[in-house]
Amino acid sequence: MTSSPYISQQTSVSIIMLKVVLALIPAIIAYVWYFGPAILLSLTLATVTALVLETTALKLRGLPVKPYLMDGSALVTAWLLALSIPSIAPWWLIVVGLFFAIIVAKHLYGGLGNNLFNPAMVGYAILIISFPVPMTHWAAPTVLAGQQLGLTDAIQYIFNGTLSTTLDAISTATPLDTLRTQLHLNRSVGEITHMPIFGTFGGQGSEIVALFILLGGIYMWLARIITWHIPVAFLGGLGIISGIFYMLDATHYASPWFHLATGGAMLGAFFIATDPVTGATTPTGKLIFGAGIGILTYLIRIIGAYPDGVAFAVLLMNIAVPLIDSYTQPAVYGHKDKQP
Amino acid sequence: MSRTLYQFHGGVHPEEHKQVSTQLPIAVAPIPAQLIVPTRQHIGHPAKPCVCIGEYVRKGQIIAQADGYISVAIHAPSSGTVTHIGTHPMPHPSGLVDNAIVIATDGKDEWCERQPIDYRNLNASALRNRLRDMGIAGLGGAVFPSFIKLNPGVPQKVQTLLLNGGECEPWITCDDMTMRERAAGIMAGVAIMRFMLRAETVIVGIEDNKPEAIIAMQQAAAQCQFPVEIVVIPTLYPSGGAKQMIKVITGKEVPSGGRSTDVGVATFNVGTAYAIHRAIDHGEPLISRVVTVAGNIQQARNFEVLIGTPMNELVQLGQGHPAKVSGYVMGGPMMGIDLQRIDVPVVKATNCILVKSQTLFPPAPLEMPCIRCTRCADACPADLQPQELYWFARAKNFDKAQKYNLFDCIECGCCSYVCPSHIPLVQYYRYAKSEIAFNLAEHKAADHARERHETRLARIEREKKERAEKLAQKAAAKPATDTSSDDPATTAKKAAIQAAIERAKANQATTQPPTEPS
Repeated sequence: MTSSPYISQQTSVSIIMLKVVLALIPAIIAYVWYFGPAILLSLTLATVTALVLETTALKLRGLPVKPYLMDGSALVTAWLLALSIPSIAPWWLIVVGLFFAIIVAKHLYGGLGNNLFNPAMVGYAILIISFPVPMTHWAAPTVLAGQQLGLTDAIQYIFNGTLSTTLDAISTATPLDTLRTQLHLNRSVGEITHMPIFGTFGGQGSEIVALFILLGGIYMWLARIITWHIPVAFLGGLGIISGIFYMLDATHYASPWFHLATGGAMLGAFFIATDPVTGATTPTGKLIFGAGIGILTYLIRIIGAYPDGVAFAVLLMNIAVPLIDSYTQPAVYGHKDKQP
Repeated sequence: MSRTLYQFHGGVHPEEHKQVSTQLPIAVAPIPAQLIVPTRQHIGHPAKPCVCIGEYVRKGQIIAQADGYISVAIHAPSSGTVTHIGTHPMPHPSGLVDNAIVIATDGKDEWCERQPIDYRNLNASALRNRLRDMGIAGLGGAVFPSFIKLNPGVPQKVQTLLLNGGECEPWITCDDMTMRERAAGIMAGVAIMRFMLRAETVIVGIEDNKPEAIIAMQQAAAQCQFPVEIVVIPTLYPSGGAKQMIKVITGKEVPSGGRSTDVGVATFNVGTAYAIHRAIDHGEPLISRVVTVAGNIQQARNFEVLIGTPMNELVQLGQGHPAKVSGYVMGGPMMGIDLQRIDVPVVKATNCILVKSQTLFPPAPLEMPCIRCTRCADACPADLQPQELYWFARAKNFDKAQKYNLFDCIECGCCSYVCPSHIPLVQYYRYAKSEIAFNLAEHKAADHARERHETRLARIEREKKERAEKLAQKAAAKPATDTSSDDPATTAKKAAIQAAIERAKANQATTQPPTEPS
């Protein structure tokens, strides 16, 4: 017995997730260009780990493995987490992170569609709290590194921890981290941003990666994978609050474009905060949700104990989603008071 | 003349498939050997049969009379003999049976006496009665008795007569073809409706995917004695829904739970207008309608079909099936009903019969979890949040579902259509609505039972009290009578009773049968 409608659009969760992955590829190419091939290694490792974890969880839960594995959600989580942590981090870091992301944050909460918190950001938060040291050693931009870290060297380092050179030669702190430490040393923003790891707007190389993430985000918007609400509100919220502080005191507060171009801002705005499962659903709700993340990100960056705040901001706003949604229900046809 | 058009929220663009059934003109379907004419073809109370088995009926003769206010008459679609009055399977998703009058046709197609009238000679009330007795109900799908809607209200509520030529469902073209071929007849019907409603404005809304119909209607409108505005609206499902069309054309929203007359608009399907014209100007009751037969058949086209024609005979006119038939739908692919069997009759609500095949209508893929992507909310023409309603329906949280305006859902199917997880959302809403309706009925029944019980208890209590009062009055009435045991008469009486009891006991003991009969 079937019931209407008898036709449906040719779309599926798999197609949506596939397009998300596709949208990340230009940024990954830029990443390889500026920071070396290590990211490809960590993406591969993350993919394999995520698929193993997902398969195990699905089997334990007695769900059909193939259709659920094909939904692609584990793949998206894996890639987002891999892009959020240093590409030259030891192998076990991504494994631990993905375990918490996929097993704890997703499947223990009831699997796809039932998780309250963004899985990738749960993984990230666990890692930055538990293993802060490896989380701060990022691959230095190729143009600045004393030595090129090739693929073989990267495998050696990620899996064995052995390095033919010193760690300092190939790694660096992120621009946000540097800004933070240097501000504590009473240097002005102007002086700090003249250091070589800074680029025109944000970090050397990473600002270009951020630009490609933005382009990928625009593609997702055009392909109707995401709506404009969350990214615009996120970047708007972050831009406005950082702009206010910047105008008040430019020596102690970095410019809004710096905040927009560094850290997880772009990835967060287009790929992480837009996770439909854990985000707000109403148009107004999406604006509040996005703006909340943008503002919290900034506050955590300037006040909090961690250099970047996207992950915590996302998780905090995830908590508020049911409340936001219930207070922002749009008027239903025939219930609108004002008639044109 | 251009008019500002408005937009309703959401909507979808399913593949139209309309051209397949518009290649050929409307054909008259042959008279079947047997006509199965249900008495319930309209919203409201079923009509009451007024013929008996064996009776000869002529085409157009009343065979069941309107019963109650919301009801219309039913007529013999062709001449013949009544062979059966009783239950027959109906075009209903659950294969329900209902009362029908079965006529064995004689092929003569002999009309009863037809009485064309000039509507200008009658008042609106008489015209309404006439339309009720002519069996006119809305042919757009809701089959609501038209005469009830053709009431301007006191004070005048209706300013605009809106003729709905939207026909937004894929595959269906019966209104399109009716407009192309019978535009003048539609306008003649419009004239009657305008007269009855005293409407100031007449608007015909047609989706822009029907250019031939638009031209035909514009030409017919030019011939009218009164201004008729043909408004071409963008093709977007479900703009043929009355509420959506009103929004597109007037910018107004019909209040929740209200009627279109609340915003001054009376909406009718174009086919209904044509039926009204036939009924008044020609004296022909509603005994046939245009039905699209399409889908998995060689030759899709529209037929003028007698009400009561078995659908299988109609489908056979499509000259066979290119692929294996996987089912039949009455209506369109978005809102039509799946038919359990195909020997059911064409009724006034039958606008289309869609023959299914696995290729044209593949079974839905595996249902995946909802990822709250809100594509459904973006597509919902009622501005609902289908993803929330889905969770509430699943959790049987019906109070919350109602709070989120479940009953404003028009079941258009847009949400299910766009869902990337292939969740049959509409089915969840139908389930929730029927559960709520059932609970309400049960609640009412329980309230009723409790009230009855309480009334009964109160009555018993009252009677007890009354008896006690009566006894007390009696006792007070003869205070002199002493009933003490010292009274010799009483003592003697008591002794006699006691003796009688003893005797009975002794008697019982002796006559006690042995446990085992010898």
